[in-house]
Amino acid sequence: MRVSRPICTMLFSMLAIASAHSQTIYPLNRAEILAGSKFDFKVEFPNAPKEADVSVTINGKDVTQALGKKPQFIEKEDGQDYSALVLRDVSLTQTGIYQVVAKLGTMEKKVSWEVYASQKPRVAKNVILFIGDGLSVAHRTAARILSKTIAEGHYGGELAMDDMPHMALISTAGTDSIVTDSANSMSAYATGHKSCVNALGVYCARNKNTLEHPKVETIGELLKRKMDMSVGVITNTEIEDATPAGIVAHTRRRSDFNDIVKMFYDVKPDVIMGGGSPNFLPKSVNGSKRTDEVDYLKLFQDSGYRFVSTDQDMKAASADPKTTKMLGLFNTGNVDGALDRMILKKGTVSKFPDQPDLTDQVKSAVKVLSKNPNGFFLMVESGRIDKYSHSLDAERAIFDTIMLDNAVKYAKDFAAKKNDTLIIVVGDHAHAVSILGSYDDARPGNTPREKLGIYAEAKFPNYPAPNSEGYPASVDVSRRLAFNFGSYPDHCFNAKPYLDGENVPAVAGPTKGEFIANEKYCSQPGAVRVTGNLPADANSGVHSGDDVVLTAIGPGSEMFRGHMENVKVFRVMATALAIPAKDRKSKQH
Amino acid sequence: MITRRSLLGAWGSLWVFGSGESWSMEAEAIHFDMLYKNFGVRGLEFSDRLKSLVSKSVVITGYMAPPLKAESQFFVLTREPLSICPFCQSDADWPLDIIVVYLKKASPLVSAGAQIHVTGRLEIGSYLDPETGFVSQLRIVDASFSKSR
Repeated sequence: MRVSRPICTMLFSMLAIASAHSQTIYPLNRAEILAGSKFDFKVEFPNAPKEADVSVTINGKDVTQALGKKPQFIEKEDGQDYSALVLRDVSLTQTGIYQVVAKLGTMEKKVSWEVYASQKPRVAKNVILFIGDGLSVAHRTAARILSKTIAEGHYGGELAMDDMPHMALISTAGTDSIVTDSANSMSAYATGHKSCVNALGVYCARNKNTLEHPKVETIGELLKRKMDMSVGVITNTEIEDATPAGIVAHTRRRSDFNDIVKMFYDVKPDVIMGGGSPNFLPKSVNGSKRTDEVDYLKLFQDSGYRFVSTDQDMKAASADPKTTKMLGLFNTGNVDGALDRMILKKGTVSKFPDQPDLTDQVKSAVKVLSKNPNGFFLMVESGRIDKYSHSLDAERAIFDTIMLDNAVKYAKDFAAKKNDTLIIVVGDHAHAVSILGSYDDARPGNTPREKLGIYAEAKFPNYPAPNSEGYPASVDVSRRLAFNFGSYPDHCFNAKPYLDGENVPAVAGPTKGEFIANEKYCSQPGAVRVTGNLPADANSGVHSGDDVVLTAIGPGSEMFRGHMENVKVFRVMATALAIPAKDRKSKQH
Repeated sequence: MITRRSLLGAWGSLWVFGSGESWSMEAEAIHFDMLYKNFGVRGLEFSDRLKSLVSKSVVITGYMAPPLKAESQFFVLTREPLSICPFCQSDADWPLDIIVVYLKKASPLVSAGAQIHVTGRLEIGSYLDPETGFVSQLRIVDASFSKSR
């Protein structure tokens, strides 16, 4: 282009300024909105204009006419240099394309929404959505090698998550970036709307208060409100963490754990299980993380929930025919992973000796949820695949992938009885993981690169044959998978499993906000110092923007094909369940 | 409360200069492993041994968490070096078994990787730090510290 550089830069920056200062309409462009689902409508106008200076139309009609209520106009919202037109809790029952136009002087912003509804009758009575947090292709391959054995290139069996008739590649980008975190990626599955990193159940707007951003309705809320179905949220992480929270929460900031507990209480999923008990205890109790005196343990119990804190209690509660609702909190933090609970006995296993395995959590949940003749929706998360990938702990991540697969197997066996359950297994986002070969102690030398066997030298790892649950009895073998992490802070590495406890690759350094290698690993035999490839404020591995694999079985699973954006997963579930546009009491807008 | 501490601190420093040894001879050794008799999902309960040491001089080994300011009169002591800095990000969470250390006098604080010994007077019960809003249940006050190695 023969425009001189200074003019080119000026034009570019003018365009950049213009787009930064134009109005923003929420939901954003190309939103796919389930007919009858609630959302907040908002337009933000730069430079705080007056109400008379702006005009907003939806398919040519003014907002009051189109959405059935008069919107609120706030000049200088939160004291900032923009005005907001807001209308909360609206819904659109007519399917079709909606053109939204917001005008301010000569500046015009247009977005287009698609309002859709299931065109077919309901085909799935139940939906079980398995989320392997961070589940990437390499985790699957590694889990298959360890739990199904491999000889001369052939596997001894199939992973339950692989043995499904339908598959899709799911892209995970958010509204702000090609890389997501677990919050906005889960939000896409749970609401059908994309959001920004760290946000749940909202569009990221300019509100100062994290709880006031424009909301979208979650599947947990929808199914309770419209279909009287039972809802279950099961995880092995803190229950307030992004993935489980996504079923109920609306906040710009996923770390609003105390508010998220309240959101669980507001929606009241019938089965809630995970860790993270401190946010349920009133402030005055030693060990509480609340800033108020609200006792959520008591509140849930007063609402008919059976509270359990051990595997034994959980099994007894779900076997009891009187149990209709369950709250299980099994750890003050995350529930320990499979490798620690079963073999290494590190982590917090000594403090919490009776934590449930994910498969048993699913068994208990299904016993309770399947009592509802209207069906149930169950979200199950194996959350530490991601956490152990952040901490570059391959064996722990792989064992928790096997654990996820065992839970999937149980769900498939349950579903096979009546063939009325849609089962989906998917990652929320990927990690930069890959199998490079094997680390072979028989190779001469001490450092990881000397021990790394590549191509033909990789051969096959020599983990012992798996037990009946698919776990090898030891990970401390002489020829181990070289499960490589492609993103890392400064750290020391010796290509051996972390037998003493979860890897902590980096610790806070002398400069505030920066991280340095954890010296604990640097003096181990064979250790090398690795310079990080991440910014200095990253303390562990990070997510990648790669697509993830989704597999599905059951009624509605045929809707998954080829590449699909993550929001389409919600759409498939909503369609398979035929969530109606009209409310149960036929309230019309 | 802070003013009273500063006053005590001024008096206490007369002891510490050149008599750090006499503090540690008096001090009872405590460990992160014996702080609680109950550490469950319904809350934590201090061990009887710990409760018997309230207002007495104790010494404990741990790691200094990255502080708010490089020179400070208080810091958090953790069992293991913290890889996440709770004062740096809102997302990160403190472990439940932390001890808040109030020093006799402000001191340049070491990095979170260094193991340190802390000596001071044991205090339990809920306390809200007026400057930072930090709530602690377990504290060592009028404290001093030294590096392990």
